[in-house]
Amino acid sequence: MNDPMTPTLLPCGDCALVIQLGETVDAAVNARVTALAGALEVAAAAGSVAGVQDIVPTYRSILVRYDPMQIRGGALGDWLLELAVRPLSTSGQGRYWRVPCLYGGEVGLDLDELAEMKGLCPEEIIALHSGTDYRVYMIGFAPGFAYLGGQPEILHTPRLPKPRQNIPRGAVGIGGQQGNINSVTGPSGWRFLGWTPVRSFDPDRDEPFLFRSGDQIRFYPISAEEAQDLDARSAAGEIVIAPEAMPT
Amino acid sequence: MSMEIVTAGPMLSVQDAGRFGLRHMGVASAGPIDSEAMTLANALVGNASADAALEFAGPAGSFRCTRPCRIAVAGADCSIRIDTRPVPTGESHRLLPGEKLTIGRPDGAVWAYLAISGGIDTPLILGARATHLRFGLGGMQGRSLKAGDVLPLGEDHPDAPCLRPGSPLTGHHPFNESGPIRLILGPQDNAFAPDIVARLTKCIFTVTPQRDRMAMVLGETTLPAANGHDIVSDGTVPGSIQVPGSGMPLVLLAESQTTGGYPKIATVASVDLARLAQMPVGAEVRFALIGATEGEDLWIDRRHRLQQVIAALTPKTEQVFRSEYLLSCNLVGGIFNPKEVMRPVMQHRKDTRTETRDE
Repeated sequence: MNDPMTPTLLPCGDCALVIQLGETVDAAVNARVTALAGALEVAAAAGSVAGVQDIVPTYRSILVRYDPMQIRGGALGDWLLELAVRPLSTSGQGRYWRVPCLYGGEVGLDLDELAEMKGLCPEEIIALHSGTDYRVYMIGFAPGFAYLGGQPEILHTPRLPKPRQNIPRGAVGIGGQQGNINSVTGPSGWRFLGWTPVRSFDPDRDEPFLFRSGDQIRFYPISAEEAQDLDARSAAGEIVIAPEAMPT
Repeated sequence: MSMEIVTAGPMLSVQDAGRFGLRHMGVASAGPIDSEAMTLANALVGNASADAALEFAGPAGSFRCTRPCRIAVAGADCSIRIDTRPVPTGESHRLLPGEKLTIGRPDGAVWAYLAISGGIDTPLILGARATHLRFGLGGMQGRSLKAGDVLPLGEDHPDAPCLRPGSPLTGHHPFNESGPIRLILGPQDNAFAPDIVARLTKCIFTVTPQRDRMAMVLGETTLPAANGHDIVSDGTVPGSIQVPGSGMPLVLLAESQTTGGYPKIATVASVDLARLAQMPVGAEVRFALIGATEGEDLWIDRRHRLQQVIAALTPKTEQVFRSEYLLSCNLVGGIFNPKEVMRPVMQHRKDTRTETRDE
């Protein structure tokens, strides 16, 4: 096995390459992924490489799509490896968001069962879930869908054997060791303990996407009335939360 | 300046070239499953390749326009009628206001394209008109089209000629190739034992009915992974061959998710992805392995050849003008030079399917 930080190129067809920085879900590896993806974006925007169409950071690797009419994979791979071994600062990356969450209720339908499974009361589950800083490890699966890492171990819960069909946008859930915020309504096998009126994806908004990989998220409980008010403002196209200073 | 959907088939959607540069935000490109076929359909009506057209699988439906326009169908042979008059696939035809255009199912293939001169002018959503059905983005409210929908059309040049290919195309597709579908191993081929990887080229796969714009599932041969089918999720592309726990390979297409947690044994070469996606249910699939550089060479060559096919399109002779059409052409104003349009076209291959031409 390679040193987890030794960059490795993986083939991904004739229009994409993957540069992999590790094999596991790990905050340090992901911080390096975020930093390298940022450096690639800056370099591509500055025109130091042509033909790059997409830079997709994930947990432990970055997928780069390219147009072979403009750059060959061989040359792009050399350039990626060269950038990946340069020193990159991983400090000060990402933004810090405090995200309101209405725990339990119609959307957080698994809260009570989850508490029973863990031998805790629902209030303790809420305290655990809202007492943690989560890292956005990646955006994927659906538009604006944030995969959250850093969940307290006691909250780790396997996915349901059979996915449910209509989990609403804004549902806050747990799948294995990861957390999430549903960005669109759809089927999901995750367990849900709450709902946020914050819309992480709205194609009609000037800023359609809210979160980026490398951001940090902390949930805080709100009442049904507050949720209703924030939802009405979200429906009107307002982004109802703003990034805050990263806690030290 | 619009087109009415009089009746709609089961899988009819607005597509343009797709959304690019948003995969890091979880947004797949969407766009056509067979971009070469859509490019040809667009070119036949004088559109740019990125203009929005209609993609269909199964019968397309029937349509009416509020202004004279040119229409063309490409990708697969389809029965096309303008009112009761049959017209051939793979070249453009005039459709006058009030006339009903009826298009049947693609014959021997899955996906075909109806382009209308001026293009479909639905709003840009995240920079494109392509419909992403799963997430309800683009096109007509993010959904497939239904009877009664009215699609706005873009600016047209009513005096521009109808076009046909300079030399005959087999199957109304710019490239009707045969032979195995070429693959590039990776990124996770090392999750499979060597004898399982060898199945890719030694065994036959079949196209199953489990297919849509996101992906197609292959059957007959399974590909069990050595240590389970869960990986730490990473990026995917159209053409990625994911292998979930069933062992049945799943080929991702235009509307696939942007990340996935199954090992990807190989990626379909860009030059062959549309050909695979066009195979009907039950078709046998054979694979061959190539390197990434060879895949790039093939894809670059293919795109040059597509440009040549487009550059060689030739105006059709339109000898029998109906009065409505002549009126719409403003001949008196001298905008339209009949000699230009009456110019004889190159001798065209006689095709039994195209005996009833509208000229």
